[in-house]
Amino acid sequence: MDAMLYALPFLMKGFSITLWVSALVVVFSLAAGLVLGVALVYGPRPLQWIVRLFSDCIRGIPILVLIFVVYYGFPPLGISINSFWAGVVALTLFKAAQVIEYVRGAISSIPRGQMEAGKAIGLTFVQRLQSVIFPQAVRRFLPPWINGVTDAVKGSALISLLGVVDLMQSINEVIGRTYEAMPLYLLGAFIYFAINYSLSLTSRFVERRYAYIRD
Amino acid sequence: MNYHLNFNLIWRHFDKLWQGLVLSLELAVLSILIGAIIGLVLAIWYVSAGKLVRAIISAYVEFIRNVPLILLVYIVFYGIPTVVDFAYSATVSFVGTLSLYAGAYLVEVFRSGLEAVPRGQIDAGKAIGLTPLQRLLHVRLPTMARITLPALSNTFISLFKDTSVASVISVPELTYGAQWINFNTFRIVEVYIVTTIMYLITGYSILFGLRGLERRFRAER
Amino acid sequence: MGENRRPLLGIESLRKSFGKVEVLKGIDMAVHKGEVVSVIGPSGSGKTTLLRCVNFLEIYERGSIRIDGQEVGYRDGDNRQRRGETDLARMRAETGMVFQSFNLFPHLTAVQNVMLGLVKVRRKPKQEAREIAEHWLKRVGLGHRIDSLPAELSGGQQQRVGIARAVAMEPKILLLDEITSALDPELVTEVLDVVRQLAEDGMTMLMVTHEIAFARDASDRIVFMDDGRVSAEGPPGELMAQAGSNERLDAFLSRFRTSHL
Repeated sequence: MDAMLYALPFLMKGFSITLWVSALVVVFSLAAGLVLGVALVYGPRPLQWIVRLFSDCIRGIPILVLIFVVYYGFPPLGISINSFWAGVVALTLFKAAQVIEYVRGAISSIPRGQMEAGKAIGLTFVQRLQSVIFPQAVRRFLPPWINGVTDAVKGSALISLLGVVDLMQSINEVIGRTYEAMPLYLLGAFIYFAINYSLSLTSRFVERRYAYIRD
Repeated sequence: MNYHLNFNLIWRHFDKLWQGLVLSLELAVLSILIGAIIGLVLAIWYVSAGKLVRAIISAYVEFIRNVPLILLVYIVFYGIPTVVDFAYSATVSFVGTLSLYAGAYLVEVFRSGLEAVPRGQIDAGKAIGLTPLQRLLHVRLPTMARITLPALSNTFISLFKDTSVASVISVPELTYGAQWINFNTFRIVEVYIVTTIMYLITGYSILFGLRGLERRFRAER
Repeated sequence: MGENRRPLLGIESLRKSFGKVEVLKGIDMAVHKGEVVSVIGPSGSGKTTLLRCVNFLEIYERGSIRIDGQEVGYRDGDNRQRRGETDLARMRAETGMVFQSFNLFPHLTAVQNVMLGLVKVRRKPKQEAREIAEHWLKRVGLGHRIDSLPAELSGGQQQRVGIARAVAMEPKILLLDEITSALDPELVTEVLDVVRQLAEDGMTMLMVTHEIAFARDASDRIVFMDDGRVSAEGPPGELMAQAGSNERLDAFLSRFRTSHL
């Protein structure tokens, strides 16, 4: 117990790295995924194929392999990258592919008549996206997306394997010194659980909030 | 870019990857089987049980779903043996972990599948005098199986990818094989190209195979 | 003769295929300013496709559709180049369309549904757009429901918002696509009354409808379509009289005679 109290500041540092990695991944993947997702639905054919291929490939590769591919594979190709950013890039690729599918799902759930009604009153393509499609797609996109943030948090634990001292790695290191494996693992599990479970609850809350619009 | 691709060393050690892939598939198959049993038992228990049991099952599901798989792997392989006097190999430990993991996801799948069985079918079962067990076996489970089949396929593919985490406790599956070649030959780019392609081909073959089976299963009804 | 006899909507040799199936097999039709024209015909005769072509919701390649002399989907000139996005939007704003399935924007209130085109397309200031929208919602009898979401309105009310949304844009012509087909029978009248009122006010309309009785009462002209062609047309009385010599028209109308008349 003493060892755990003693280790707390160290664990807090790891915890903040985990949050920082997750936040970067969430922001980058959201930006990339939104653009690519819209391209997948509305882009010209060749672009659609490229995005489809990207998403299917990324989703077919285990996250851990993706992390190794970026970490070990980039430097020989002349792109130097440290372990922290290798983790962020790999997890961003993984999350972006998810976001692309959320976007596609959200947009394709909107009846075709909505686009047509927008056309009929003379809205341009961009205006139709802004005023008709996106406001409706948001409520379908948000709940799975918020819920999927947990995947970034959980996936971030894998970058401990590159030596990044995130929450997972700081737990491993404290165990290495104190040999108190179980209490520390459970403490770690509890912290991850606390972050992710509150995200799940938020997702459910958002879903209910948007439930008032039915079609 | 002055890196020259050379796959010779990869082919020389290809058995590491091939055997790794076979083990990955074995791990995934075992885990989905055990996980499906866990999931099914808990789902049936859940829909018929009181509040306390439901809370316990939910706690299990939420715990597993919200903790990183790698940490679960550590807990089972490194953590549990420190508190109970019980020894198991890394492979057994990983199958146990992934089964519990699969179970948690499948409880939800089966539970919603059971609840999606139309009321009228159950009433019809009652009307012809089936006992609760007969209704479960002949009415609810067959219907549920059909509803949950796509989700089962998806879970299996996810599990196949998740087997890569077994490499962290040195289970010699595909990712471990890739790392072994990486550290022993330094043909880093080549080994990850080959490994990635192996994951993709296997994963999508399974996906198309299972989708084909689903279609046949649907058509027969 | 001359310029002022040019129809507001002129359709010439219009053909449209979906894959190998030709749905429109050469349509010629004209709608003049202030006219109300109904298109009737068995399902699959191509009448809805025709209407959707007028708004370029269906892309036609052969033939021509002109509104006020301007080709709908293509730039003027010999090489028939598709209009760009902005250009097409401008053309579409000249026609109003009311859909069978209403297609109201579910995330916007009734008044916001009507305002959207006024603000984004007509570039009206918010306040003015709101006044216009409220005016039209009152005209369709929904002055008390302006802040309701579509989900809170009955089918008939939703369709009346749909009409208000279309006419508020002051289109040159209003296209109505089976606007009562999705409604419960008791809600049909309230919608048709609004259309009748618009007709009396001189709105040019082209409507596809199954309400034969209404078409006969409210239209200046009825077009009977069959198998992708105009099979008969004329003022209501005249068209009904043609039934004796047009087998297909007779067969089509007989269904309504037995059930309604």
